[in-house]
Amino acid sequence: MRHNLLISSLLASAAFIAMPAEADQGRFIATGGATSIEGSAGGGIVPWATLSSYAEEGQWGATAAVTEVSVDDFRLSVLGVSLTYDNRFELSAAKQTFDLSTIGGELKQDVFGVKYRVAGDLIYGDLPQFSVGLQHKRNSTFALPSAVGAQSDSGTDYYVSAAKVWLDGPFHRTWLANITLRATKANQIGLLGFGGDQNNDYEIQPEVAVGMFINRNWAVGAEYRTKPDNLGFAEEHDWYDIFVAYFPTKSVSVVAAYADLDSIAGLADQTGWYLSLQATF
Amino acid sequence: MSIKSIIFAVALLCASTPSHADDSLYQELGGQAGISQLMETFVLEIASDDRIIHHFEKTDIERLHRLLTEQVCVIAGGPCEYTGEDMVTVHTGMNITRAEFNALVEDLMTAMEQEEVPVTTQNRLLAALAEMHSEVVGL
Repeated sequence: MRHNLLISSLLASAAFIAMPAEADQGRFIATGGATSIEGSAGGGIVPWATLSSYAEEGQWGATAAVTEVSVDDFRLSVLGVSLTYDNRFELSAAKQTFDLSTIGGELKQDVFGVKYRVAGDLIYGDLPQFSVGLQHKRNSTFALPSAVGAQSDSGTDYYVSAAKVWLDGPFHRTWLANITLRATKANQIGLLGFGGDQNNDYEIQPEVAVGMFINRNWAVGAEYRTKPDNLGFAEEHDWYDIFVAYFPTKSVSVVAAYADLDSIAGLADQTGWYLSLQATF
Repeated sequence: MSIKSIIFAVALLCASTPSHADDSLYQELGGQAGISQLMETFVLEIASDDRIIHHFEKTDIERLHRLLTEQVCVIAGGPCEYTGEDMVTVHTGMNITRAEFNALVEDLMTAMEQEEVPVTTQNRLLAALAEMHSEVVGL
């Protein structure tokens, strides 16, 4: 955490130094979303159809983010970066460290993501924004996943997402909804490897997010993510979070959330907090 | 639910829809005076926005202010007439990019904040203006 705090403050200062570049950013504030735990632009636990940064047609944008999720017996730390061009292509990378606070030890994974906006627009027109993406994940620690029945130390998730913003939604507030369908073999998002003794096939998992903007800078919302259940040693459950997001400028944003990760590796009721800081360039 | 009660419900819905134009947004924006003031602040924001000012170099600012006021008044359901040309005609050949359209909308957001327009009213106006995106961008 101390290490991440240092990176956080570096990020924040870098973002403020980069602020003059803000004038070149061609999309509305908050439309880049946050950095999800797998590095793709999205919410906290769900990748959204939105592309990172505020790059519009013909523009480049980039983000860097640090995220900490702390629940009863585990702690997840993520460093994520992304690059977006043309509001069309997004490349991302994330380094995850999953600290097994109670059991002891840690699990590590790298995630490389690609996202492509296929059609539509988040704000304008009748169509939602449609994107397709993939997340290639590689475990750098596989002893524990292997011991509990994981079949592979790497895997690739494929997803399609649709997102839509209603500027004048219910209560005359601006609302956002996103649905993502992910084909995956990942156990606990890949931290416990891919495929298992009970199932080694891809499964389609729906993930949804809804948010409401209180004003241009503050949003509240919730996400729900279903997950496969491939390993016999412990049942795997769905995750959800309830978040508050703050976008003071186009350069920095903060997301705080309550996260319910249910039971992980047989340890029940893993609830706690989620905090993510993002800088946009 | 019986057919009768459905007919009754539909009749009730029709009855509760006001026959005159809904001018609630016009009222929320402060009527003619409020809209004129807001458009003045908006034009000043545009004038200091390097991202889009080049599109307004030959613009008669007085006329722009009058036409914007008329147009917002009409969109908001106010008792006005828009005397300018239609959006497609005005913007054809200007090659306005998506980023420039967004910049213009951001200037309006800033103007509405300065004029302390409530968020709910801002959203109603923004949603109406967003409908014009395809009549302005890339022509």
